[in-house]
Amino acid sequence: MAKIQNNKAWLLVLPVLVLVAFSAVIPLMTVVNYAFNDTFGNNQFFWNGLGWFEEMVRSERLHAALGRQILFSGIILAIEVPLGIFIALNMPKRGFWASLCLVLMALPLLIPFNVVGTIWQIFCRIDIGLLGRGMTALGVDYNYTNDAFDAWVTLIVMDVWHWTSLVALLCYAGLQSIPDAYYQAARIDQANRWDIFRYIELPKMSGVLLIAVLLRFIDSFMIYTEPFVVTGGGPGNSTTFLSIDLVKMAIGQFDLGPAAAFSLMYFLVILLISWVFYTVMVTRDAGGDS
Amino acid sequence: MAQITLSNLAHTYAPSGEQESDFALKTLNHVWQEGGAYALLGPSGCGKTTLLNIISGLIMPSHGRVLFDGTDVTGLPAEKRNIAQVFQFPVVYDTMSVRENLSFPLKNRGLAGAQIQARVALIAEMIGLEDILDQKARGLTTDAKQKISLGRGMVRESVNAILLDEPLTVIDPQLKWELRTQLKSLHRELGHTMIYVTHDQVEALTFADTVVMMHEGRVLQMGTPESLFETPKHTFVGHFIGSPGMNFLDASIEGNHAVINGQPVPLGANYRNPCGHTQIGIRPEYVQFTADGGLPVVVRHIEDLGHRRIVHAELERSPILVSVPEGCPFDSTMTQVRFIPEKINVFTDSWRVEGETF
Repeated sequence: MAKIQNNKAWLLVLPVLVLVAFSAVIPLMTVVNYAFNDTFGNNQFFWNGLGWFEEMVRSERLHAALGRQILFSGIILAIEVPLGIFIALNMPKRGFWASLCLVLMALPLLIPFNVVGTIWQIFCRIDIGLLGRGMTALGVDYNYTNDAFDAWVTLIVMDVWHWTSLVALLCYAGLQSIPDAYYQAARIDQANRWDIFRYIELPKMSGVLLIAVLLRFIDSFMIYTEPFVVTGGGPGNSTTFLSIDLVKMAIGQFDLGPAAAFSLMYFLVILLISWVFYTVMVTRDAGGDS
Repeated sequence: MAQITLSNLAHTYAPSGEQESDFALKTLNHVWQEGGAYALLGPSGCGKTTLLNIISGLIMPSHGRVLFDGTDVTGLPAEKRNIAQVFQFPVVYDTMSVRENLSFPLKNRGLAGAQIQARVALIAEMIGLEDILDQKARGLTTDAKQKISLGRGMVRESVNAILLDEPLTVIDPQLKWELRTQLKSLHRELGHTMIYVTHDQVEALTFADTVVMMHEGRVLQMGTPESLFETPKHTFVGHFIGSPGMNFLDASIEGNHAVINGQPVPLGANYRNPCGHTQIGIRPEYVQFTADGGLPVVVRHIEDLGHRRIVHAELERSPILVSVPEGCPFDSTMTQVRFIPEKINVFTDSWRVEGETF
């Protein structure tokens, strides 16, 4: 049967196109415009080609921020993924305690980012914060406002507190889907605990685990609100991650050209990494079980 | 290999179950002979999987004991009992190759590499896995995966028993037949004690030398497939075994004949005068149509199965099924049925009564 061609249906998509144009396409194209042009004011722009991109790629400041960003994402993934798996493995499987654990685990995920930042900013203050004062009372030389290492530790602990639940909950869902027969067969085969993890739990969890790693990587790579509230990028530039640096450049210094080039490259990097993850997942599923 | 003895075994999932209805498995004594092929047959929820899991040690029975060759293993967990179990759904280690899957139980028991290789090669050849030995288990078809599960069950030579929990449920009908035959020949070649749980009577009757028929947590009958067919101990066995199942008709029993609706029906033995609710049971295969000298029936409809016809009839408003083999005369003048006297079983209150043959 031949399909009926009726291009009038495109009109039905028009409202969405208009909305998306105003909410995404036009702002994005403005950024693209800034990235390729320069101005001396008076709303007079002239073509600058790849000039801003070249400047940004060579910028030491950007390299430093990127280095800090990669280090931060690496550290939190290295902590949150194993810790999340460990928590998921040890959570009760069913009953009242399982429900209680789930609710408690989900709580940090529901708190708005700036509130998380504020909680930790106050919690860690050495004058009024419980943790800060406690540490000081115990004789630990801790002050996140003037010690770079302390600032990093604070941000990492905060991120682990905020987001490990996500990894744990995803892994928990993966574990719950394993039928009892697998564990029974493993007992009969005399598999040890490590073998059960290595050959049953990890392969069955790998799909959700990959999603968890992707989400945590992207989120941590774009982190802004919490470090902005807690350290504001300091002390010095020690916790100035990419997005904090970008905002400083764009809104603080009003260097719209370099900031636009920077944000486009930032966007492309994230897109590239997401695409790699997606491809890995799809090929894994295609070669995977039914 | 071992002889497995169940002594006063019973199981309840309720923590303080004292009522009979709480028991998933009612008190049971049985000896599984070394090297036997057994089937545990019964409808879903009759307790057969519970019984199997008690033998394998996955469930600790609440009452009674399990003995392997006279040694009490009731308290031993599954990993210490040296049994193999194949589950309803294929359990394979996805990231391992087929070869690694098969060698896994041997490796965990610390066998030497050469021994493992030899044993894996032998089993793979028997089950027909040698072509895919080096493929990853992930991505294989369901029946190939179930073959791997079977193989992992058979690979240990010294195993006390191989327990199969409805292993062919997920297999396509054509392959089912092939695997069933394979299982039977594997049993012959390896000589392990095998206990096969199923709700499919064809599987049970073709696989096993001894069939254990269960219903509502109770073992109703143990015996050869033939004895379950010919002399069911309980009306449920008669009803469950056979396709279609046995016909049951209310009748009063007077010595060597039964009386149905005032008409005498000769029996193959003398039953004296049993009391209680008496019924006779007759297989559709042993009912014959006749023009006269039988009980009058009204034919309702006829199912043609090709090699035989199943006639749905009514005998004084109680339904009766008759199996008419191909080539057997059957026409509209034949409105009466006759039962082969030797094939009639007599039941009182659902349990079979043994008659005295003369």
